[in-house]
Amino acid sequence: MTPVLATRGLDKAFGAVVAAAGIDIDVPAGQRVSLIGSNGAGKTTFVNMVTGYLKPDRGTIALDGENIVGLAPRMIVRRGICRSFQIPQLCVELTAMANMLVACAAAEASGLSSWRAPDDDGRRERAEGLLERFGLQRYGDRPVSELPGGVRKLLDIAMALTRKPRLLLLDEPTSGVSAEEKFPAMDRVMEAVAGEAATMVFVEHDMDIVSAYADRVIAFYAGRVIADGVPAEVLRDADVRRYVTGAAA
Amino acid sequence: MSRTAISVGAVGVIGALLAIGALLPSWLLFLVTMAASHGVVSLGILLIMRGGLVSFGQGLFFAVGGYAVALTVNRWGATDALVLVGLGGAAAGLVGAITGPLLARYSGIFFGMLSLALSMVLYGILVKSTALGGSDGFNIPRPTILGWRLEGASGDYALYALAVVVTGVAAWLCAIYTRSVRGLVTLAIQANPLRVEYLGASVRGIMALNFALAAVLGGVGGALTVLALGHIEPTFAYWTQSGEFVFVAILAGPRSVSAIFAASLVLELVRSFSNLYFPNTWQLALGVFLLAVILFLPGGIGSLGQARIWRRPTKGRDLAALRAGEAAE
Amino acid sequence: MALAATIVVDGLIYASWLFVVALGLTLVFGVLQILNIAHGSLYAVGAYAAASAVGLFASLGFAPVFSLLAMLLAAMAVALILGPILERGLLRLFYGRGEVVLLLVTYALFLILEDAVKLIWGVNPYYVSEPYQLFGNVAIGPLFYVGYDFALVVLAILCGAAVWFGLNRTAVGKIVLAVIHNHEMSASMGVNVNRVHWMAFTFGVFLAALGGAFTAPMISVQPGISVSVIIVSFAVVIIGGLGSVEGAAIGAVTVGLARAAAVHLLPEAELFSIYLVMAAVLIFRPEGLFQRAAARKI
Repeated sequence: MTPVLATRGLDKAFGAVVAAAGIDIDVPAGQRVSLIGSNGAGKTTFVNMVTGYLKPDRGTIALDGENIVGLAPRMIVRRGICRSFQIPQLCVELTAMANMLVACAAAEASGLSSWRAPDDDGRRERAEGLLERFGLQRYGDRPVSELPGGVRKLLDIAMALTRKPRLLLLDEPTSGVSAEEKFPAMDRVMEAVAGEAATMVFVEHDMDIVSAYADRVIAFYAGRVIADGVPAEVLRDADVRRYVTGAAA
Repeated sequence: MSRTAISVGAVGVIGALLAIGALLPSWLLFLVTMAASHGVVSLGILLIMRGGLVSFGQGLFFAVGGYAVALTVNRWGATDALVLVGLGGAAAGLVGAITGPLLARYSGIFFGMLSLALSMVLYGILVKSTALGGSDGFNIPRPTILGWRLEGASGDYALYALAVVVTGVAAWLCAIYTRSVRGLVTLAIQANPLRVEYLGASVRGIMALNFALAAVLGGVGGALTVLALGHIEPTFAYWTQSGEFVFVAILAGPRSVSAIFAASLVLELVRSFSNLYFPNTWQLALGVFLLAVILFLPGGIGSLGQARIWRRPTKGRDLAALRAGEAAE
Repeated sequence: MALAATIVVDGLIYASWLFVVALGLTLVFGVLQILNIAHGSLYAVGAYAAASAVGLFASLGFAPVFSLLAMLLAAMAVALILGPILERGLLRLFYGRGEVVLLLVTYALFLILEDAVKLIWGVNPYYVSEPYQLFGNVAIGPLFYVGYDFALVVLAILCGAAVWFGLNRTAVGKIVLAVIHNHEMSASMGVNVNRVHWMAFTFGVFLAALGGAFTAPMISVQPGISVSVIIVSFAVVIIGGLGSVEGAAIGAVTVGLARAAAVHLLPEAELFSIYLVMAAVLIFRPEGLFQRAAARKI
């Protein structure tokens, strides 16, 4: 079966800094993959290359077998790769609901249906359903500027899910979320992702979250993959302990 | 506010203005005609402003529309006002469709300055072209509507009605447009263009269409103005003219379509009084007033009494609340 | 060959005063992140002030050579009066409201200054002829040039060298560069950002007024000169890249040569030549020729 995401020989350098070197990763459908590594190891560069924000110097990225290197971010989104952000990227003056409607409507903002009202065509129902799934329905009427950080983080992820993506990339979904809220928040995310039948790749620094929620862990160091496997194995790996978890702890 | 409510409101306002027009003294009738003709241009700036940009060169489209109409009248003898207004909008829209995709690449200050530069290029050309009357411009005869020659007091009223109806319909369409998917995504572009791209929309594509629509409105405004004035000159494209359009848009604020008319009328009234009492300090007064609005009324007239409702909706549906702020209809 | 030489000489002369004005625009942008649309008005105020000062010196019986001093003093007076007032009294109120709001504020200032100039100096043109003859004529091949034009080139080189030296070789300059590169960090490291702001703005006003003062003898000083200056100097800083001294120099020379070439080869295209260069640069290198590619972080 064709993997949802397949990268071959991805290289990327910023001047003398190597951010990616020969990255080969296959992600089969339905898997929950966690990317770990210290700051500057190349995790975010990988996410940025897959979403089209950065163009790799060499190598290919395939979504369901089709190369997507060179496509603009919005074209990659339309093909089914959506992402959330380490710092939530929201329209802070609009309400949470309006943000969700923007997310539901944005990809249709060309063509004839773009002249219709935002809450037509089932968009409002879709937005309400997702807000409910994330437990955010009571924040719908509030401007984002008034919402706490944890809520913004979930809203950011909910927006990335509106298009029923094939592949969902989350950049540090629990950063900025308080320790006691982390697990409930991740429970919500996992449930919603399962409900949308999406494959998921998430960057994470908290090893408890990684072991609890990932089917597979890929460890990065200096732009290379140094370990790849089930969480228990990878977290025991000598290199990972030296270069990743040791530094992260 | 639903589309039906907006439509009913629009018909009501246009009808009321038509009725009031019959009672106005001729000087005031002309003033309101000018306010409506200029207001439609600022309506276009408002469409752009909702995406977070300000055009300092809408005079470009105002002049293109105006000259297209004036030349058609003088060269080919077309006189029907309805045809001419459509022609002005189409000519400016064509220019906007060409410049729009180019300007859509730029944000903030780049866009503002490039729009200013483009309008001043046109001004420079118009001043030097003797075929178009140079810096003095030229006159055109009164138009007709459906074969009826617009002369005397009834002609003045007909031109007033034309301006009010055309601008009213444009405002109605804009009100619906700002409440569409494109309108909402335009607001999102103002807040966070990066995110909008990552939701699958083309920021450039949406803004380019907004520019083109604003250009059409600019051309329509130029056409209405030249028909009512009977005269055109290069100052249509001059930066001070564009400045007045920006002023009206800022005074009205980005949230309300109908506040544009109030703002445009305020400008025309203040102008006619300044012309009487402070003939040499019109720009100065405009500048000071503009600063005051930015400082003390950042949301413009349209936000008066609306800000709280907009931020803290009392009733359930948030988009309705978001619209409540926009709905000063 | 002679034509090429003429184009180069004319281009450099035009580039010289333009560089001085654009340098002020680009410095203010670099430090305050404001694109000052009123910069052209400050140029005009400088030109008018110079006209008055030169007239005053002449009526006081000073020799014509002192008119250069009069122009310099006029530019300094304009900067010291308007710079602190505008930055501390006006622009400061709008910091943090976004670049488009600040653009509107300087636009309002543009409207205000335009009329203020007319109120103070009237609408009739001024001619400042005394300094223009000071340096005699210079022959290049078969052509004669007014010596004053070359004095302007020297002035521009002096200004550019002084600013470059001031920024890169002095303690104050290092602080200003630190503010240009990172506002928050320099504030947290104890830099008095407020002071850097008003001083930089005042210096920007000085450069605009200086450009205006020293071009006054070459033009007729009249209403309307400001708008063309702001647009052309905007073109210059766009070509060079906003906030870059070297960029302003390259931009000014590029615009000067393009305009001179158009004037001599295709006079109708004078205005277009400048925009054509600007458009070409914007299409192929939107951040300008000298701007470092900014690292973006999501």
